[in-house]
Amino acid sequence: MSLLLKNISLPLADFVLQVDVELAGQVTAIFGPSGAGKTSLLDLIAGLRRPERALIQLEQRVLTDTARGLALPPRERQIGYVPQDLALFPHLPVRKNLLYGCKTPAPRDGLFSYEHVAAVLEIGPLAGRGVTELSGGEKQRVALARALLTSPRLLLLDEPLAGLDAALKARIIPYLARVRDEFQVPMLYVSHDRQEIQALCDEVMELERGQVLPRAKEKA
Amino acid sequence: MSQEWQIVWFTAWVSALSTLLILPAGLAAAWLLARHDWRGKSLVETLIMLPLVMPPVATGLILLKVLGRRGVLGGFMHDKFHLDLAFTWRAVLAAQAVMSFPLLVMFARTAFAGVNPRFEQIARTLGAGEWRVFFSITVPLAWRGIVGGMILAFARALGEFGATIMVAGNIPGRTATLSLSIYESVQLGRDAAAFRLLGIAVVLAFAAVWLGGWFLRQRRV
Repeated sequence: MSLLLKNISLPLADFVLQVDVELAGQVTAIFGPSGAGKTSLLDLIAGLRRPERALIQLEQRVLTDTARGLALPPRERQIGYVPQDLALFPHLPVRKNLLYGCKTPAPRDGLFSYEHVAAVLEIGPLAGRGVTELSGGEKQRVALARALLTSPRLLLLDEPLAGLDAALKARIIPYLARVRDEFQVPMLYVSHDRQEIQALCDEVMELERGQVLPRAKEKA
Repeated sequence: MSQEWQIVWFTAWVSALSTLLILPAGLAAAWLLARHDWRGKSLVETLIMLPLVMPPVATGLILLKVLGRRGVLGGFMHDKFHLDLAFTWRAVLAAQAVMSFPLLVMFARTAFAGVNPRFEQIARTLGAGEWRVFFSITVPLAWRGIVGGMILAFARALGEFGATIMVAGNIPGRTATLSLSIYESVQLGRDAAAFRLLGIAVVLAFAAVWLGGWFLRQRRV
C-alpha cells in the first residue's frame, strides 16, 4: 500500500491535527490515547470531514487536495469504513445491511462476492436476523463484511474490538487476520491494545494530541 | 349525504390533501434545519414558525392579499388560467397548509435531529448518494416522528378557523368546514347541529392527537 497523508491540518477542539507521513504497510496501526485525533484522521481519509489543508493520495489516486480544491465524495473513494460503534443500520436486517454497498457482479474474480465474504467471516446463517439480535462478535463480523463487500481499496477499522471482553477478542482476531490474508486489502487499524497490534499489524503510527510522535512510525 | 356529513367529509379530505401538499417542502425544510447551518437560518426558522404564534386572522389577511384577484398569486392564476383562489376550496386548502406547516416542520426536524449522523456517513462510504441516503437511512429512521408530525398537522388543519374564514369565507357547500359550521350554527341558534358537529370534531381531534402521540411513543430503533 502507499497512502500519502501530506500537510494534513484539521483544527479540533483542543489542538490541531497535523500529519505528514507516507504509509506503506499492509496493516498499519494507528496507536494513541483517547482524543489524540485518530478517528478524525480516519474521517478525513474517508472524506467525512473537510480538512483545512491536506493532500491525501491512495496509490496513484488523489482523494483530497485542498490546494487544487479537489475532494472526492465518500461514495467515490472506494474506502471501507468500520467505525467504532459499527453503525449497522438498525432498521435493516443483516442481509440488507450487507448488500447495501455490495457491487454486482463482484469485482476481482468474485473475491468480494457476497458468498465468499460471508463464507470467510462465517456470517451466512446470520443473514435473516435483525441487527439488534446479534451478539457483539457477530456485529463486528457483519460490519467488517459490509465494508468488504464494497470491494474497497483501503479498509479503515476504528477500534473494531473495543468493548469486547478478552475471550471474544481472541475469537475475533483470527477473523481479522483471515481478512488481511484472504483479501489483501490494505488496512488502517486504530487500537489502544498492543496485543492486537502485534497480532495484526506490520507498521505502527503513534498519535498524541494530533501529532505523529517522532520515531513512532515503525515496524510492529 | 346530509349537509353535516358533507361538511365533515369536505373538511377531512381538504385537511388530508393539505397535509400531503406540505409534506415535501416540510421534510426538506426540516432536514435543512436539522442537518445544516447556513446564513439566515434563524430568519427562515422564525418565518416558518410565524403562523404558530401570529393571530390566525392576521395570517388569513396576508393570504387574502396574496390569493385574492388583486394579489400576486391570485391575480396571476386568474389572468393566466381563469382560476379563482380566494373564497374557493383552494383557499381553504392554502389556509390549512400554511397553518399546519410549522407543526410538521417542528416534529420532522426533531425526528431528523434524532438520527445518528454516523449512519448517514457510513452509508455514503458504502457508495450511496445523497438521495439514497435520505430515503434509505434518514427517513426510515425518522419515520415515527414524521408520521406523528403529519398526524398533528392534519389535526391542526381539521380545526383551522381564523385564517380560513378570512381567505375562504364560510360558503355553504363550497368552503364551509367543521369549525366554521360550528361557529355559524351557534350564531344562528341551531344548538343541536352545533353539538352534533362538536361531537364529531372532538372524536376526530382525539383520534388524531392520540395516534400522533402513539407514534411518538414508539420505541426508537
